[in-house]
Amino acid sequence: MQRRVLPGLHLTLGLTLLYVSIIVVLPLGALVYKAASLGFTDYWRIVSSGRAVASYRVTVLCALAATAFNLVFGFALAWVLVRYRFPGRRFVDALVDLPFALPTAVAGIALTALFAPNGWFGAYLAKVGIQVAYTPLGIMIAMAFTSLPFIVRTIQPVLEDLDPALEEAAQSLGGSDSAIFRKVILPLLTPALLAGISLAFARSLGEFGAIIFIAGNQPFQTEITALLTFIRLEEYDYQAAAAIASVLLITAFAMLAVTNLLQARALRHTQRA
Amino acid sequence: MSASTAKKPPRVGDNPAFRRALIAIVLVVTAFFVVAPLVVIGVEAFSQGWAVYAAAIAYPDTLHAILLTLVTALIAVPVNTAFGVAAAWAITKFDFWGRRFLLIVIEIPFSISPIVAGVAYLFVYGLQGLFGHALQAADIKILFALPGIVLASMFVTAPFVARELIPLMQAQGRDLEEAATSLGASGWRTFFSVTLPNIRWALLYGVVLCNARVMGEFGAVSVVSGNIRGQTNTMPLHIELLYHDYQSAGAFAVASILAVLAVVTLVAKVLLERRGAGRGARRPALAAPKAAAVIPQLASEKTT
Repeated sequence: MQRRVLPGLHLTLGLTLLYVSIIVVLPLGALVYKAASLGFTDYWRIVSSGRAVASYRVTVLCALAATAFNLVFGFALAWVLVRYRFPGRRFVDALVDLPFALPTAVAGIALTALFAPNGWFGAYLAKVGIQVAYTPLGIMIAMAFTSLPFIVRTIQPVLEDLDPALEEAAQSLGGSDSAIFRKVILPLLTPALLAGISLAFARSLGEFGAIIFIAGNQPFQTEITALLTFIRLEEYDYQAAAAIASVLLITAFAMLAVTNLLQARALRHTQRA
Repeated sequence: MSASTAKKPPRVGDNPAFRRALIAIVLVVTAFFVVAPLVVIGVEAFSQGWAVYAAAIAYPDTLHAILLTLVTALIAVPVNTAFGVAAAWAITKFDFWGRRFLLIVIEIPFSISPIVAGVAYLFVYGLQGLFGHALQAADIKILFALPGIVLASMFVTAPFVARELIPLMQAQGRDLEEAATSLGASGWRTFFSVTLPNIRWALLYGVVLCNARVMGEFGAVSVVSGNIRGQTNTMPLHIELLYHDYQSAGAFAVASILAVLAVVTLVAKVLLERRGAGRGARRPALAAPKAAAVIPQLASEKTT
């Protein structure tokens, strides 16, 4: 057994537990309590109502599309930043964190200004018949913007640590670039890719600020679940707000569990390598 | 890092045509997708000239929103920093039952929708919540006032400082602190002269990120603030209000201040990363196997 020589356990652990209890556990407990006090019938009626289910569909489908986009673009971005040297590389590397640093409301009005039918890109896209703002495509763009760093920053370190000897061995055996990529590099990156995907997807499911400006917010069409919660609050329908918020909370916990599992797997994977 | 040899064999994807094409595509998409939103804020903010920009900023409600945002950050960031340091000390310097569980609980706010956070606070301090009636009887206003805004901001940023410090302090171990206390230093002395110099850049890094998030938080604050113009509007909420009032130039003027804050945050981030903060520490799960390699490096840094 280890001796306890350092001081401060009681002070720091006490402070930590007090803070976590008041700031994190108490509010979430109150929300769960409120939702649970509804009773099963009422709860089910609210969370399975047509408008709520439509909002889940919009949120999940847009989050899936945004994550798929980021999987391709984020991977390409991470690859370019790690494997190639070009002027401005460090600048682009710093820019990757912009969606983290830029407040979501600012991102929301900026993306709307770009993609609105009279906006910088929107005007050109309108000519070819594509409307982005006020459609699910706009929601997808906002989600993709805010979750981009999650994918890039999860893949980047693993890509950096990739052992060149593995590639060299495959090359000396006569493997083509695309074969080596598919059979050697991609399998090594898969755990990190999965972890990044789950982080980005979870972030997209909960995103609010960036989306509401660009979404149009039409019930059944472009209304995300977080916004529906907010609308129920404004209507003073606190029971419905609690029930729908609890669905988001349960989803967040499920995603947290999945992410932890995937990261633990990724860790085992790197340790074996 | 391995010394670069004179002639490296080409690696996968080093075909010049492929490389140039991929770099070009990535740069173009980044320009449209990441740079353009930043540029459009500046252009829209000044679309009606300097005078309109200055007037929009100098408008009393806007000044009040800026003030409220600063006050919120001045309370929430130091409190969160103290919490982050305490949590990191407890978790990395001691072994106790439930340590891993505590780590997960601290990280929870990071994965929860800000709207859920706001609603949760409503059910604690609101009239329909646990303490609502008691607070009303005592005439204490928490929701739709500064305390609610500060509490919601603390929730969303609770993990920010702790998650930068914990992986780093874990990697640094306990030997130095144990040596200091065995030589007779008090706990505070040990922290300030031994631990703090080793974690200062990571600490500052966490503080910078925490501050950016507090000042920019929208969803959670939107629920608990009540959006009372000139009273409980923070800058992000004021942006929404102006935007929906069709005062686009005004909304972008306020947004431009937050965009500048974001750019300053990014610059600070890069500078701090050069000093070893972030990056390594920010990937706890994946970086763990490297911990063993980090410790001797830190020890040698200390001797210089």
